Amino acid sequence: MSRAADVSGRAADVSGRADGASARGGRASGRRATAAALDAESRAWLRSLRSEEEGREEAIARLHALLLRAARFEMARRRSATAAMGSDERDELALQCADDALVAVLAKLDRFRGGSRFTTWAYKFALLETAVKLRQRRWEDREIPVEPAHWELLDGSTRAPHAAVEQRELLDAVARAIDSELSARQRSALIAVALNGVPIDVLAERLDTTRGALYKTIHDARVKLRRRLAADGHLGGPPGEG
Amino acid sequence: MSDSSEIRVEALLKRLLGPAGAELSCEQCFEELDRYVELALRTADADATMPGMRAHLEGCSACKEEYQSLCALLAADG
Repeated sequence: MSRAADVSGRAADVSGRADGASARGGRASGRRATAAALDAESRAWLRSLRSEEEGREEAIARLHALLLRAARFEMARRRSATAAMGSDERDELALQCADDALVAVLAKLDRFRGGSRFTTWAYKFALLETAVKLRQRRWEDREIPVEPAHWELLDGSTRAPHAAVEQRELLDAVARAIDSELSARQRSALIAVALNGVPIDVLAERLDTTRGALYKTIHDARVKLRRRLAADGHLGGPPGEG
Repeated sequence: MSDSSEIRVEALLKRLLGPAGAELSCEQCFEELDRYVELALRTADADATMPGMRAHLEGCSACKEEYQSLCALLAADG
């Protein structure tokens, strides 16, 4: 069986399971994009992908080609992350990203609400798969600095000896607030992502959580910091609540 | 005092403190990303239509990278 056919089959299985689950839950017609809200091309995509006839396989193949193009586009934008790979490895990775995006798109087809063209909606899955995989690869053998052993990086006098006095004072106040206001998990996440530049999905995987949950941790940490800084007169206005 | 030092500290503070206003979550951002990008590329007022998206993109570098990639891919499509 060719790779494309194999992925199509896997995607069809996923789609079938999604359809079955939807039906069992009493598929709400409101969850599907209404035909009137869609442009003609998006309508045609949905019709073909939901068809139970021969046209569906051809539509899945076209969709896979579209997603593969998006995956290659993203890889080209991240040349530094792919520089060490051979061309075969790059090709295989792009295919893997397109495969995974295809499965995701077909599984979520009923969640397409027509807010954009279908192709734009589908693209974002391929870009996400590719970006995440490249970030993971780049960090796969690296230790992630999440421990609060890098406070000296936040010392205003060493980090920014030439910055304005107010900025250095603010930086020092932030460092104190990080130490006094945040939980250990909030400190680690904020330091790793915001200070040390660790990609959030890489850290999320290491911590066995999701990107969304980890961002919530960072968001809550930032709200605490802003509250403390505002209370101490370092920031004007109320802190963001998110 | 050096301007570049001030800019670096400002960028560092921005990364640590994040956006001041209300923002979407990563899941909401991904859910709305395609609509937001098309609105933005059509020069409609995407930020007024989707409050909290811009703030999230300022606070989450991963989501911002994916936003920029989708913009670039649609631009390449013409």
